[in-house]
Amino acid sequence: MAEITTLHYLVLAAALFMIGTIGVLTRRNVIIILMSIELILNAVNLNLVAFSRLYGLHGQIFAIFVITDAAAEAAVGLGIIIAFFRNKETVNVDEIDLLRW
Amino acid sequence: MTPIAPTFFFYFLAFLAVVSAIAVITRRNPVHAALSLIVTLLSLAGLYLMLYAPFVAAVQIVLYAGGIMVLFLFVIMLVNLEKNIREYQWNKQWIVGTLAAVVLGGLLLFVMRRGYDIFPTTFAGLPETQNTQQVGIWLYGNYMLPFEIASLLLLVAIVGAVVMAKKRI
Repeated sequence: MAEITTLHYLVLAAALFMIGTIGVLTRRNVIIILMSIELILNAVNLNLVAFSRLYGLHGQIFAIFVITDAAAEAAVGLGIIIAFFRNKETVNVDEIDLLRW
Repeated sequence: MTPIAPTFFFYFLAFLAVVSAIAVITRRNPVHAALSLIVTLLSLAGLYLMLYAPFVAAVQIVLYAGGIMVLFLFVIMLVNLEKNIREYQWNKQWIVGTLAAVVLGGLLLFVMRRGYDIFPTTFAGLPETQNTQQVGIWLYGNYMLPFEIASLLLLVAIVGAVVMAKKRI
């Protein structure tokens, strides 16, 4: 069995990043889009932790900061969804066009 | 102490993560998508353990799988999705979007393949038993200012979420 190198982790992170990007670009449900953003942030975290094995603890510290940002982003994003659903009764992004001219 | 059977566990956890990530973006029902996302997050926590990052793995489980996903499920329950589930789930530019994302993934793989030689071949000597202590020392030492800014960011996010979700201010 071949040894697991950093490249394996990077390829896995790239795959997760790609899946998250596809989710953001193709889905209409804004809750699923937020979940896809979480997938992207997790792919970045996996990169950071994989590199921290090579370069020291900095990557893990940054991963913790990314998790903090993800929590803040989820809280504000979901608050916006609730406020919007109260006004327009929809969660589809292509019907959310209040700011479109 | 080296991990046991790292090859098997890496492929097992990677397979689990990718399959449930695909389930996240293909399920029609957001509750199923959220549950699949929890599986992805847990398998990533396992991968962090294999990378000698037990503190990040614990934070991943407690904060992500425990906190953020509960928030997601809570909002899914609050928002009435009966009508949405019966609608068409993909937007008009899905072909272009998928194509662009696949091209981006190919570019990432190309860059990683070409740039792999500049990575150091030896691993940094991470302490295996004192990871949490080391992370704490770093957080309160070198990363003091970002740490405080992160706490401020969380405060602003709390206030913002309350303002957004409140009916009348």
